Amino acid sequence: MRRVVITGAGTVNALAQDVPGTLAAMAAGRGAIAPLAVADVDRLSVRIGAAVRGWDAGAHLTRAQLASTDRFAQFALVAAAQAMAQSGLEVDAGLDVGAIIGTAGGGLSTSDAAYRAVYAEGKNRVAPLTVPKLMPNAAAGQLSMAHGLRGPVFSLSSACASSNHSIALACQLIRAGMVRAMLAGGAEAMLCFGGIKAWEGLRVMSERACRPFSRTRDGMVQGEGAAVFVLEERAAALARGAPILAEILGVAMTADAGDLVAPSQAGAEGAMRAALADAGLEPAAVDYINAHGTGTAANDRTEAAAIRAVFGAAVPPVSSTKAMHGHVMGATGAIELLACLMALNDSVIAPTIGYEEADPDCDLDVVPNVARQGEVRVALSNSFAFGGLNAVLVVSRG
Amino acid sequence: MTVREKVIAIIAEKAVLDASDVTLDSSLDALGMDSLAMVEAIFAMEECFDISIPFNANDPEEGRFDISSVGSIVAAVEDLLAQKVT
Repeated sequence: MRRVVITGAGTVNALAQDVPGTLAAMAAGRGAIAPLAVADVDRLSVRIGAAVRGWDAGAHLTRAQLASTDRFAQFALVAAAQAMAQSGLEVDAGLDVGAIIGTAGGGLSTSDAAYRAVYAEGKNRVAPLTVPKLMPNAAAGQLSMAHGLRGPVFSLSSACASSNHSIALACQLIRAGMVRAMLAGGAEAMLCFGGIKAWEGLRVMSERACRPFSRTRDGMVQGEGAAVFVLEERAAALARGAPILAEILGVAMTADAGDLVAPSQAGAEGAMRAALADAGLEPAAVDYINAHGTGTAANDRTEAAAIRAVFGAAVPPVSSTKAMHGHVMGATGAIELLACLMALNDSVIAPTIGYEEADPDCDLDVVPNVARQGEVRVALSNSFAFGGLNAVLVVSRG
Repeated sequence: MTVREKVIAIIAEKAVLDASDVTLDSSLDALGMDSLAMVEAIFAMEECFDISIPFNANDPEEGRFDISSVGSIVAAVEDLLAQKVT
């Protein structure tokens, strides 16, 4: 079977606007959740989030790109440029390089602004590029234009599993020999009034902090950003002397066929087992788990039980980095994969910050509050989404 | 309709039951309501009575809004309505 490696990584998120800065924040256990400054924030009950501060799209993008992109696509463009620069991948006129960019909400702030104009402000016109900015495939399309990608290019939407699904599917396209390389990841920018108000309705958001696995947790906190990776067939990457950041050993994409929103222990277990089987590994080979770990009562309890069931007596360290960068929805798995790369390449396990009190229902070593040194040869990353959709990745050193 | 009747009607609708099957001492579990149905019922009560109900699905038992039974919900809604008047 053709093997797949990661040869480039890029990100924009609330922790930093590049990979080194993000990893430094994760290693320092530095969180980015803070009071939000969005329009009409006084009408929100949830007023915290992990926003990308000081975003200056003009410093990175052309005028044409600026005029035709929502914030989520801007994040994707900048993250992808970083990943391509690191990888050194050359793209010719062939049809064998593409991009799959996950997103849950697409250009939500563009929709929000257009609705505000016509409903709240009584205007009868919206900006001409409203549709091409808000469409969920906008980020993938922009990457195609920016890097000359002529192969399979599309968006993928599975709510909070979108970017893990994107990476898993891109990996499968390379394994199948359909392409030689793919850009894959996710992008999300939901921290606008409508995006936050919609989440308020579900009553699962914390108004205070994200505290995954802590007994005192009381909900999730939204973030925003993007992470994009260059995935390549391993032999070709080695032949051209590309930097090998990790190998994708196994992927799984499964569904619970159960509840629309409630997490499923059986579903989570099945997805982790399937990813390990795809990697040809026993659970004991895993040295670190990056959890979905949203900080809701139900997710963390269910995920902890699933991890215990799969890993038995030898559960490796588990952390949720969402307490630092927020829940970045359709981009979250991609940003969390950066924590896995740090564990593999720098032997630093990112902590679960905001942790206050042990919860007997989450009986795991969650690397509380402070990062840990430790050799990690294999890492597993979970994403579980509304709809009962699961995507799990298993990565190793390259 | 009294507040009690309205609350029972809302809960019955979300639990897909007849109002006659919902009594003040019924627990939500016994009525077969999951957390999503509860969130929908809370929203319907807020809209019906024009009140804001403090309820977080992450800690329903510890919340400021007592949902241990239909009767406790009626009492809590009546409290919120009384606060609204004053």
